[in-house]
Amino acid sequence: MNLSIIVFVIGWVVMMEGVFFLPPALVGLIYGEYQDAAVYLILGLLCIAAGYLLRRRKPRSMTFYAREGFVAVALAWIVLSLIGCVPFVVSGDIPSFTNALFEVISGFTTTGSSILTDVEALSHSNLFWRSFTHWIGGMGVLVFILIVLPMSGASTMNLMRAESPGPSVGKLVPKVRQTATLLYTIYIAMTAAEIVLLLLGGMPLFDSLCHAFGTAGTGGFGIKSDSIAGYSVHLQNIITVFMFLFGVNFSFYYYILIRKVSDAFHMEEVRWYLTIYLAAVALITLNLTAAGNSFLTSLQQVAFQVSSIMTTTGYATTDFNLWPNFSRALMVCIMFIGACAGSTGGGMKVSRIILYAKQIRLELLQQIHPRSIKTVKTDGKTVDKNVLRSANIFLMTYALIFVVSFLLICLDSFDLTTNFTAVAATLNNIGPGLNVVGPTGNFAEFSLLSKYVLMFDMLAGRLEIIPMLVLFHPETWKK
Amino acid sequence: MNIIIVGCGKVGYTLAGQLNGEGHDITIIERSAERIQSVSGSLDVQLISGSGTSVRTLREANVEEADLLIAVTNQDEVNLLSCLIAGKTSHCRTVARVRNPEYFEEIAYIRQCMGTSLIINPEFSTAREIAHLIEVPSAMEIDSFAKGTVDLLKLEIPTGSVLDGMRVDEFSARFNRQALICIRQRGREVEIPNGATVLEQKDIIYIILPPRQIRSFCESVGLPVRPLRRVMIAGGSTISFYLAKRLLRNGFSVTIIEKDYSRCEFLSDALPEANIVYGDATDYEMLLEEELTGMDAFVALTSLDEENVFLSLYANKMAPRCKKITKNNHLSLDDIVESLPVGSLVAPKDITAEYISQYVRSLNNSHSSNVEAVYRLVGGQVEALEFRLNEQSAVTGKPLMDLRLKDNLLICCILREGKIITPGGRDTLEKGDTVVVVTTHRGLGNIREILRNPPR
Repeated sequence: MNLSIIVFVIGWVVMMEGVFFLPPALVGLIYGEYQDAAVYLILGLLCIAAGYLLRRRKPRSMTFYAREGFVAVALAWIVLSLIGCVPFVVSGDIPSFTNALFEVISGFTTTGSSILTDVEALSHSNLFWRSFTHWIGGMGVLVFILIVLPMSGASTMNLMRAESPGPSVGKLVPKVRQTATLLYTIYIAMTAAEIVLLLLGGMPLFDSLCHAFGTAGTGGFGIKSDSIAGYSVHLQNIITVFMFLFGVNFSFYYYILIRKVSDAFHMEEVRWYLTIYLAAVALITLNLTAAGNSFLTSLQQVAFQVSSIMTTTGYATTDFNLWPNFSRALMVCIMFIGACAGSTGGGMKVSRIILYAKQIRLELLQQIHPRSIKTVKTDGKTVDKNVLRSANIFLMTYALIFVVSFLLICLDSFDLTTNFTAVAATLNNIGPGLNVVGPTGNFAEFSLLSKYVLMFDMLAGRLEIIPMLVLFHPETWKK
Repeated sequence: MNIIIVGCGKVGYTLAGQLNGEGHDITIIERSAERIQSVSGSLDVQLISGSGTSVRTLREANVEEADLLIAVTNQDEVNLLSCLIAGKTSHCRTVARVRNPEYFEEIAYIRQCMGTSLIINPEFSTAREIAHLIEVPSAMEIDSFAKGTVDLLKLEIPTGSVLDGMRVDEFSARFNRQALICIRQRGREVEIPNGATVLEQKDIIYIILPPRQIRSFCESVGLPVRPLRRVMIAGGSTISFYLAKRLLRNGFSVTIIEKDYSRCEFLSDALPEANIVYGDATDYEMLLEEELTGMDAFVALTSLDEENVFLSLYANKMAPRCKKITKNNHLSLDDIVESLPVGSLVAPKDITAEYISQYVRSLNNSHSSNVEAVYRLVGGQVEALEFRLNEQSAVTGKPLMDLRLKDNLLICCILREGKIITPGGRDTLEKGDTVVVVTTHRGLGNIREILRNPPR
């Protein structure tokens, strides 16, 4: 394996993280938290220096094979998290290393599960950093680095493929660098739009920034104990819409940008995403109304909650843990479906669900007409056998990791619902689950082992499992 | 430029790699998902699976925004149809590969009807290249500049030549001709020589000089100049057909060996003056029977590259003095094959790709640059470019010694009003000149880029 290029990429990642430390330092200065500001500033400069040194040695060969891509991405995310948790520990806001690491991994992987019992006790710079990690992790650090990396060629696609979600990662435009630039342009523009709308809606600047970062990355760290519930209905609705928008495949926006609007609206995945969303909202609203709640209030709250869970964001305006059982179960179901491929959301992705459903239908037809030949198609195109195979393997691996994590978590003495949804909420990068880990609860009470298992789940969920497994497979490291 | 390439076979792949390296945005349309899979790992281009004759697929490849569509599938009809449809759906220029001799006979008319900007025929171009090599026997490779006013010759310094041990500056003093050594290759090492570079026997050098001086130059450095008469071609492919036709017209005697009987009949019908032999070229006895030892040139053109290499090795053994030309179309074995005594190597895919990329740069020309011709030498490590200076710029009017040129870049030749100037430090470039530059920097698009810090 070409280790030198991995070191080179990690160097870049460390350097970029140093740059990312600067905004929280600025926030610290503005709010007079000089000690925290100093921590971020010094750490930022150290990272920039260390990263510069690491990447100064030119790698022997600039070629990335799939293996280097997976390892570089998985390692980059681990390094990113290890460095990212330092300010929490040093500033004393989260003194325990494990807790700080859990919090920052939850941030970068855009999960939003927290071990904090009182969010509002954190300093502004730490709150800002927590939300900012969502924004960085949402579209991906390496995709960002691909824009600035002095490297070209098809092999960098292996980096992008390892970091971006979805069964088949493609390019929007011919070159990797342009694709990465385009994705970030759309990402930044949409984030900016949300910030402006929130400001106009009367939210303070600091809150707008943090919440927009959380929405854009589909993260879900709030800066208030009651998440979004304390803001006006108008602001809640803005966030509902933006959460939904960030869960849409970014190809959709690209099509709209190049004025292929009809192509955009014919994307099967986007249509199904919308259908599933509307169906879930309708069913839960009916269930709640039947239980005696007012229709309009329910509709508004359900629209928010479903948008939040389906895009795997994890903000809350109401405690859905108190909903009737059917609604709670439905929420758990959409946790697994997740957002679209090529968005910032997590979960299994709608496009994979479509592939699974189509394969089941095909298999039935095959049984009825044993000699017929049929292929799976999406958007009018035949899906390559390799894509199907890797999607199916993904499901199996996903189930396996889920079961193993669930068993390990059950060593703690929580009830089954808590344990099940804790794994679901982390592996799907959502944030809150049910019962103890519900929207008003947190992950603080879990044992050390459980926390590390959940951290692994978050990373595996964000990187879609395979890169993490490749990193830990002995074959990868064989000479 | 936005370029769509239809068909990602050998030529499509080479072309995509080359054009992508020059900074164009490439979209490839290819039918086979397997091929797409394998290409996606090695080229940073957009790949679309589908047919190049479908408007839907072409739209998906954004044909409306494309500047150029190049159709190089293995079917002439598909290529032409693809160009026709693309031409009607957008304003892009189109290039089609057409190789069936039947169509090629009437190609001018077809081109006009279809509105295609350029038709390329790899077999025909390859045959022309091979014929060139046979007509100038001492060269391993010849590229022409300024419509044939000067040639760039690749040759190996023979044992005992006066060039052995000579410094490059002595060379210029001694041969008071318009000849200049542009590239020296020793083993795998490639260098653009300066005055102090010393030549040795077995070095491969590229020399620029006018065609009519080739003969006397070769004589004085000890290269054979005996004209060739008898040529044997192994394999009766389309290239062989074009080659034999041209050689026969120029008075050569041609023997073609072909193992398919009906193909032999066709060839003997189309080329009555040629000696068509029905048999397998790997039957070495038969080669001797057909007087391989008495041949002046042997061209291995069978469909299998490996077979071609072995045939040339055999010819080298049986007829060491005969000039050998070997077709090698493989993507990756160039390095190994080049080290064997198989004579000159020709690769139709490279010739085609070179031709198209030359066309692409000349298209760019109308916007900003002024490249007239490009040749890729030594496996693409060096480029020889012909620039036409249409306007005054930062490089004109100043003595060459005052220009801060890039490293590894040599101005080989200036053509002014039909006169050839071998440039020295006091010479200047002027508006209206044609200039030939050899460099290891890839993808120069404008004469200003020969400077270390080109002005914007």
